[in-house]
Amino acid sequence: MRNLLLARKWGSAFVWALPVLFLALFYFYPLGSIVVFALQRLAQDGGESLRDLNWAYLGRVFGFTVYQATLSTILTVIAGLPAAYLFARYEFRGKALLRSLSTIPFVLPTLVVAASFNALFGPRGWANLAALNLLGFREAPFTLTNSLTAILIAHVFYNLTIVLRLVGDVWSRLDPRLAQAARCLGATPWQAFWKVTLPLLLPAIFSAALLVFIFDFTSFGVILILGGPRYATLEVEIYYQMIALFNLPAAVLLSLIQLGCTLGLTVIYHRLSEIVTRPLPLASQKRVLARLSRPSQKIFAFLIIAFLFVFQILPLLALVGRSFVYAGWERGERGLSIPTLSFTAYQEIFINRRASLFYIPPIRAIGISVAYGLITVFLGLLLGLAAAWFLSRQHDSPALERLRRSLEPLILLPLGTSSVTLGLGFLLAFGKAPFDLRSSPLLIPLAHTLVAFPFIVRSLLPALRSIRPRYHQAAAVLGANQWEIARRVDLPIIGRAVLVAGVFAFGISMGEFGATALLTRPEYPTLPIAIYRFLGQPGELNYGQSMALSVLLMSITAAGMILIERFRSGEVGEF
Amino acid sequence: MEALVLQNVSKALENQQILHNISFKVELGEIVALLGPSGCGKSTTLAVIAGLLDADQGEIFWKGQSLRGIPPHQRNFGLMFQDLALFPHLNVFENIAFGLRMRKLSSAQIQQRVQEMLVLVNLQGFERRDVANLSGGEMQRVALARALAPQPQLLMLDEPLASLDRTLRDRLALELRHILRQMNQTAIYVTHDQEEAFTVADRIILMKEGKIEQTGTPHEIYQKPVSPFVAQFLGMKNLVEAEILYENGQSWLSLPWGKISHPSQKAGKGLALIRPTGAVVDGKEGLQLKGKLVQKVFRGDHCLLEVQCGAELLSFSIPCSMSIPPENETLTLTIRPESILFFAR
Repeated sequence: MRNLLLARKWGSAFVWALPVLFLALFYFYPLGSIVVFALQRLAQDGGESLRDLNWAYLGRVFGFTVYQATLSTILTVIAGLPAAYLFARYEFRGKALLRSLSTIPFVLPTLVVAASFNALFGPRGWANLAALNLLGFREAPFTLTNSLTAILIAHVFYNLTIVLRLVGDVWSRLDPRLAQAARCLGATPWQAFWKVTLPLLLPAIFSAALLVFIFDFTSFGVILILGGPRYATLEVEIYYQMIALFNLPAAVLLSLIQLGCTLGLTVIYHRLSEIVTRPLPLASQKRVLARLSRPSQKIFAFLIIAFLFVFQILPLLALVGRSFVYAGWERGERGLSIPTLSFTAYQEIFINRRASLFYIPPIRAIGISVAYGLITVFLGLLLGLAAAWFLSRQHDSPALERLRRSLEPLILLPLGTSSVTLGLGFLLAFGKAPFDLRSSPLLIPLAHTLVAFPFIVRSLLPALRSIRPRYHQAAAVLGANQWEIARRVDLPIIGRAVLVAGVFAFGISMGEFGATALLTRPEYPTLPIAIYRFLGQPGELNYGQSMALSVLLMSITAAGMILIERFRSGEVGEF
Repeated sequence: MEALVLQNVSKALENQQILHNISFKVELGEIVALLGPSGCGKSTTLAVIAGLLDADQGEIFWKGQSLRGIPPHQRNFGLMFQDLALFPHLNVFENIAFGLRMRKLSSAQIQQRVQEMLVLVNLQGFERRDVANLSGGEMQRVALARALAPQPQLLMLDEPLASLDRTLRDRLALELRHILRQMNQTAIYVTHDQEEAFTVADRIILMKEGKIEQTGTPHEIYQKPVSPFVAQFLGMKNLVEAEILYENGQSWLSLPWGKISHPSQKAGKGLALIRPTGAVVDGKEGLQLKGKLVQKVFRGDHCLLEVQCGAELLSFSIPCSMSIPPENETLTLTIRPESILFFAR
């Protein structure tokens, strides 16, 4: 008996100590290292590295970061609400597929998103190819890349599914009788929406908007590739200061400013999601869903589906299509090249054209990415299950209860921390003793685990919370021991959530770019790194290969997403 | 005066016919109960009347005017939902005031009307309460006050007491009838509970599988159920195979245990209903029935007996007396002829 109690105590200590240790070692220690390092540097040069900064310019960068994030968020919410309504209230053919497809952009690496838009509107994209070859333009007419419009469209494309998911989930469970009751009390359809439905959805909308804002605020790949040098956000500036100018104190200062902003927003997000989970009068999906019957409903559905197709799916199709076309631009026949169908880009992936010892064939990048992804899934699930388990339980000891309360918002922190900052922290913290991990193959998967951690925990928490103590009591009374309870009660209940979390972790690891860009070593590139390298080199062949690799990356993540959708039906997670 | 008229209303949902040619009338100031088992189309009927669903066929008239094409918010009908649908983001006052605000009443008028409603449902002082923190009975009253506040021409109540426990339900049903009578409110009350329907309604429309099975006052329906279904639905379970025979120029009802005189126009087979209250122990007049007493349950003013008569298990409710033997003993019952109803096939 005594042994059993002791084992339980140690077991529960393991459950909370593991995530706490992980966060301490791989989140707070790297961030602390950044601060310490910056202070040391400042002390050495007497503040010179900060004095030389162009503060007016940095002010503009900050202003632009807030400006584009605000604008992107507003546009995303406006674009997402009608689609959320359509998905929440109507049943129509192809809905599940459309939902899966519209979720793909969110789990796509920023780089692929950027590449997709590049494939559609870039200097070598479809729009310009068509204009040059079919319409007889002498110069590429579309200059959507390197513009604010491109950034905004890409952000909407990227984050639309957050609104679709978070607002749509609440909306689809909101009892339609509330609006009907309003109608019977004399409210027009609009009044019923403004006075009843909208106020009830507002917490969900705010929560979604904040999350979108955080993602837009720390956006990196999209700005770097679509925005070009004219548009720098804080995140991009951090990257420049660090890599191009090697001004670490400045990079650290900017990181801290960004961290402060996102920290504040994360806390707000956490508070708001507590409000969202306030019980609303909910109805079963079956009662909520209606068929599209009236002509006006059909027109509405058609418009929304067309919008989703153009904004969510067409860029992906453009990417796939562009990867199979060879436009032969490098021979200098400006504007006159005839695009031909070709598999050259895919064949090139497997060839070591430069016959160089140091050259890594792109196909290896796939292997490296998959390996990192699997390690991330393993680490992420191990840590995530421990953390989610701890968070989902009421604890007897007041100290543990306090820890539980403070751990919950802490787990969201990596979500609001720029990945470039994380990468920098990792470089500083694990580049020297006592934790020299420079040559460890675990360094990048650990960073990926940290980025995926909030997603994993948030996916697992609702399922774990749904296991009521009564189930355990009932199973125990029916004669099940601890292991049988875990195997026959807990596991079946959380099984699907574990799968969802695992695929999320895999997808995030596959696509992570910001931290990887700083931590990667030339001989071990991941897929996004390989794509970025090809995009940065001149010539159609390199461009084609970057498209082909993006398609491979997209296919892998899309397969994961469709898998999630199959297992997800009927279950509500947070993401 | 006829207020509401439904003429041959049909409605299908998801390829399933829910309502088949429903026709009925509601008089001004009348309280009508739509009674039937769940899934019989009661709630769909309400949704069609409210305008939340469009009828596939048929016409609905209010005071002689067709309601076709008139949206729900212009019908001035009230609907109280089974799950009440109180707005969780509004307090008690604002919930009740909602319909008044939609009608653009002045704030003084709203204030006054809400107060009247709170007095009517006996919830004075609850104005600022959060609806989530009310008890089941209090929520019910708020929902009623909200539905009544805009003075709807017709109030529809969809299983308004279904989520409450038996005692509270009995009390609130009486209270509800009192309030509706007091306001002289035309109302349609949907329920699957015959006792509730008997308590609240002036007239009952009994539905089965999307059709109207019987219409009448509670007394009429209870005295003369038109079909075995109605009888069974009202809790009368003693149904046995029977036949009408003509012998010696007289019609007889033949039951498994003998025959009794039964005035009838036509011979043929069918089902006989023996009312649970129609038996006495060791009586003289009527059909003699001998069986084994399987179970005896004491219910205070009466006893519930289950008697095995041949192949049939019959249940009776009779006044408790010394003459009832103990369980498992033989018992002779006398059935009064007027307590036997015959349903021809």
